[in-house]
Amino acid sequence: MSKKPAILEWLDRRLPVTNAYEKHMSKYYAPINFNFWYVFGLLAMVVFINQLMTGIWLTMSYTPSAEEAFNSVEYIMRDVEMGWLIRYMHSTGASFFFLTVYLHMFRGVLYGSYQKPRELIWVFGMFVYLVMMAEGFMGYVLPWGQTSYWGAQVIISLFGAIPVIGDGLTEWIRGDFLLSGITLNRFFALHVIALPLVLALLVVLHVLALHEVGSNNPDGIDIKKHMDERGVPLDGVPFHPYFTVGKLPQVVLFLMVFCAVLFFMPEGGGYFLEHPNFEPANSLKTPEHIAPTWYYGAFYSILRAIDFPIFFINAKLGGFMAMAGAIAILFVLPWLDRSPVRSWRYKGWMSRTAIVMFAIAFVVLTYLGGQPVSFWNGVVAKIGTVIYFSFFLLMPFYTKWEKTKPVPERVPR
Amino acid sequence: MTHDGVNKGRRRFLYIATGAVGTVGAVGVATPFVKSWFPSEKAKAVGAPVKVDINGLKLGEMVIAEWRGKPIFILRRTKAVIDYLRDEGLRSKLADPDSEVASQQPDYVTSDVRSLSEELLVIEGVCTHLGCSPKFIPELEPQPFDANWQGGFFCPCHGSRFDLAGRVFSGVPAPYNLQIPPYSVDGGVVTVGEGAA
Amino acid sequence: MIKKILTLVCASWLATSAIAAGGEVHLDSMAPDMSNTTSLQEGLSTYMDYCAGCHSLGHARYNRVARDLEIPEDIFMDSIMFSQDAKFGDLMKFAMPVAQGKKWFGVAPPDLTMVTRVRGVDWVYTYLRSFYKDESRPYGVNNSVFKDVGMPHVMLGLQGLCSAKPSAQDGHTLDPLTGVATEHGACASQDIAGTLSTDEFDEVIYDLVNFLNYMGEPYQMDRKRIGWFVFAFLTVLLVLAALLKRELYKDIKH
Repeated sequence: MSKKPAILEWLDRRLPVTNAYEKHMSKYYAPINFNFWYVFGLLAMVVFINQLMTGIWLTMSYTPSAEEAFNSVEYIMRDVEMGWLIRYMHSTGASFFFLTVYLHMFRGVLYGSYQKPRELIWVFGMFVYLVMMAEGFMGYVLPWGQTSYWGAQVIISLFGAIPVIGDGLTEWIRGDFLLSGITLNRFFALHVIALPLVLALLVVLHVLALHEVGSNNPDGIDIKKHMDERGVPLDGVPFHPYFTVGKLPQVVLFLMVFCAVLFFMPEGGGYFLEHPNFEPANSLKTPEHIAPTWYYGAFYSILRAIDFPIFFINAKLGGFMAMAGAIAILFVLPWLDRSPVRSWRYKGWMSRTAIVMFAIAFVVLTYLGGQPVSFWNGVVAKIGTVIYFSFFLLMPFYTKWEKTKPVPERVPR
Repeated sequence: MTHDGVNKGRRRFLYIATGAVGTVGAVGVATPFVKSWFPSEKAKAVGAPVKVDINGLKLGEMVIAEWRGKPIFILRRTKAVIDYLRDEGLRSKLADPDSEVASQQPDYVTSDVRSLSEELLVIEGVCTHLGCSPKFIPELEPQPFDANWQGGFFCPCHGSRFDLAGRVFSGVPAPYNLQIPPYSVDGGVVTVGEGAA
Repeated sequence: MIKKILTLVCASWLATSAIAAGGEVHLDSMAPDMSNTTSLQEGLSTYMDYCAGCHSLGHARYNRVARDLEIPEDIFMDSIMFSQDAKFGDLMKFAMPVAQGKKWFGVAPPDLTMVTRVRGVDWVYTYLRSFYKDESRPYGVNNSVFKDVGMPHVMLGLQGLCSAKPSAQDGHTLDPLTGVATEHGACASQDIAGTLSTDEFDEVIYDLVNFLNYMGEPYQMDRKRIGWFVFAFLTVLLVLAALLKRELYKDIKH
């Protein structure tokens, strides 16, 4: 046991530096059986830092006015030295942020990481996701291209579906009678300052809540049940260095994928940077095909799937409610899962099938979100919506009815 | 664990190697952020050389052009002025009569009257004290700040004085001679921002 | 039993999704080549001769184009910029004010800096070669790729004028941007002959679209070059990181 350097002694008496380091890194014990699915939280944080850094730098050269926004983006791409790289890092990062977060969330679904005592971690995480959706939406408006403008138009109009307050609400959000530079300016402030702060705070709360209970694992075993004399879980290893330095290969691998897109196909085949957005916003000309960015696809599909009235609720409102419901229901997942086991490895065939179908439905709905409306697309979207909601709504039943497998006491080696 | 010593050595080597390569990577990632702060193409375009037509400039007259946001004084000096610039009495009152501080003029401006041709003075009208723009006072009349004024530039902010070659007087707040920008002259056109050298 | 039904539903649903997915696009294909400087220079020349009168390239700068296309400043100023009252470092904003454009053509001629990123090179390449005679239109021409376009056939002298709308050869085709069915096929006969043969004209248009592709993203060569460096670097880092991890994990093998 080496003696602490004097400077550290001085700091520790004034700030819990060593305490924090030990609590969260060198003496935070993570399960030995972490697998591939457990890297996405770390990756999401890496991307978040990328978004913050590149975002700040973009703000240095971007002009948030309707007249100059589009020009300023091209100014960044062409006139600012290596500005194109910073911009592409930000746009690629946005898509990868959602990609890593979706995979991170799915890990939670697979292994029941939202179950007691981790419900709060899941709820904080869902708030992170919600704020991310707002952040991504506002960020996409900033270049003030055709998709920026018309996408904003469509989404803000959605709020008009709310009875009684709808129209007033949309005018209040826009700050104007039509979508204009006024809306752009406020979205800029929210996107650059307000939401990143909220996001950072939520991520901190999310991690603190996690460290309070400890990480779950692919077998759903509670590693704190078996500890040695020093209080160290027998199936745990210190987070640092085994899951910090130890995760470096996966991080590098991720960076390779990220850089492959960044340097060789930054437009993402038209999904990351949509083609119509290279044209300045024109309030008099709607593009034939407006699609939200891919990461909103599933919810957009659900919105469009409700194209018929349900009793006294018209299609527009019904679609809005379905979409909002699809997001809201994610929040209560911890209370829908009545299974006595956490991980799908030990759940019955009903849960396992449901998870697989849910995953497929989500992917297909995401894809459909970018497709034009058609009869068959509508059919598939409706089926997908049913599967999506059934996964949640039937969960209290199938998780309780099904026969589960016995969970081992110790992590299998 | 056998071979503990070998393992530790190998481990340390890998830590250092990975750390070193990682640092190279960090520098690489930092590069676009640092580079983006250099003047952009737009700044360079706006800061591009400026051509000034001095065909109509009479003897003793001064015209003010703008380059990189700075006022550029272009003065056609008379023979009397040029002769006086070499006067010992004047030179003894100057802080840097021979323009020894190299940063204040391009290396191709070597004449003792600080210009490419004797007649034409091309100088930045920015006081070397704190950046105010000095006034051009060519008249040989006593001034409130100098009873024996023989013509030159006077900075109203803190009273610094310069002669008609932009050389700073001793005993004033400004430390250096007025800056001479890179410039060249082609017939009746002065190009400020681009040197002959 | 239920498992089987569910699997069947899932599988058939996936199949339906495949059918529901979109159709194909049949535009003439054009493979851009950013390393062909001569082609880019030709394209720039054609652009300044035929397009710059109405369509600006307002996001690009003269000096950058000259540098990337390896044209010395004095030659560039003399042969390319002679008609413009601009400095070498300026943005390439050309003459036609928006109001005039609206009056003469019904809609202001759009800035073309980003046109290939919006429409794709194939679309632009096909569009420029698809004008045909149509007396009902204000300028006497229509376009089989962009129906009822407001633009006259500026390069009529080079290509000639096709007497009627070319018939569909490739079957049902869709414009990727508007989703409108277009037809594309070769011109059957010409009302007016052009000074260039079909192949020669195609080459002129190829160079022009090549140049526009450069315009849309002038730094694309840099981007790819840096990309390869980054990849090589990451590979080295990956090997080291993997070795380090393996070494580290020896601790936790029991």
